[in-house]
Amino acid sequence: MAGATKSNRPLSPHLTIYRPQLTSITSILTRITGNALLVGSLLIVWWFLAAATSPEYFELADAVITSLIGDLIMAASVWALWYHLLAGVRHLIWDNAVGLDIPTAYKLGYAVIAGSFILTAVTLFAIQ
Amino acid sequence: MHYLTDRKRAEGMGSAKSGTAHAWAMKVSSVGLLVLVPLFVFMVGSMLGRPHAEVVAYFARPFPAIVAALTIVVGFMHFKDGAQVLIEDYVHGLAQKVLIIGVICLSYAAAATGLFAIARIAL
Repeated sequence: MAGATKSNRPLSPHLTIYRPQLTSITSILTRITGNALLVGSLLIVWWFLAAATSPEYFELADAVITSLIGDLIMAASVWALWYHLLAGVRHLIWDNAVGLDIPTAYKLGYAVIAGSFILTAVTLFAIQ
Repeated sequence: MHYLTDRKRAEGMGSAKSGTAHAWAMKVSSVGLLVLVPLFVFMVGSMLGRPHAEVVAYFARPFPAIVAALTIVVGFMHFKDGAQVLIEDYVHGLAQKVLIIGVICLSYAAAATGLFAIARIAL
């Protein structure tokens, strides 16, 4: 097929040339949180598998997840989960061609950031 | 044929028909997770650190078992689709294919493991 050949054409400015903006940071955080959630998710699946296997195995998995490192991963995962969920809602709104203007996009961005921390605090308080 | 441009040859052939399937699958799973995830977080969160017997008794109940099973399956299918887009954006060539296949296999394996565990607890 034509057009697949490489050339030395100049490329348009990319990430390195732009100052970080709320819109770009909240966008890349959606991707980072979504993919980072793999760690916490696998730990939870392991926890379920241990619970299904034996009390001794469950004790080990539960001890790992509720250890200091486990608590840190779970707390970070709770924030990542709420952030990703709220940012996902923002995308569901945007998918209707609504709220794409800069002032609204910024308001939604601040709402996602604030909401993620509020929901994390509520969750950690409720399940402690 | 030699006198036809690429565009002229493609015209009238229609799309591949599944061009929006990936984006639509992610949208459907995201809406499902919007309901499942808050329930799952509070169910699992309140059970972390509890005694084994209590955890097993809790997830043997129909509602917690069904919500947990659905969240794990739908969640890992959502991850499978999202992680594939991440790889497609940043990795190219053979490494891209290897990573995408790896992510799909890992997602199904994790979903199956979670489903097996919950079935064993609940049944």
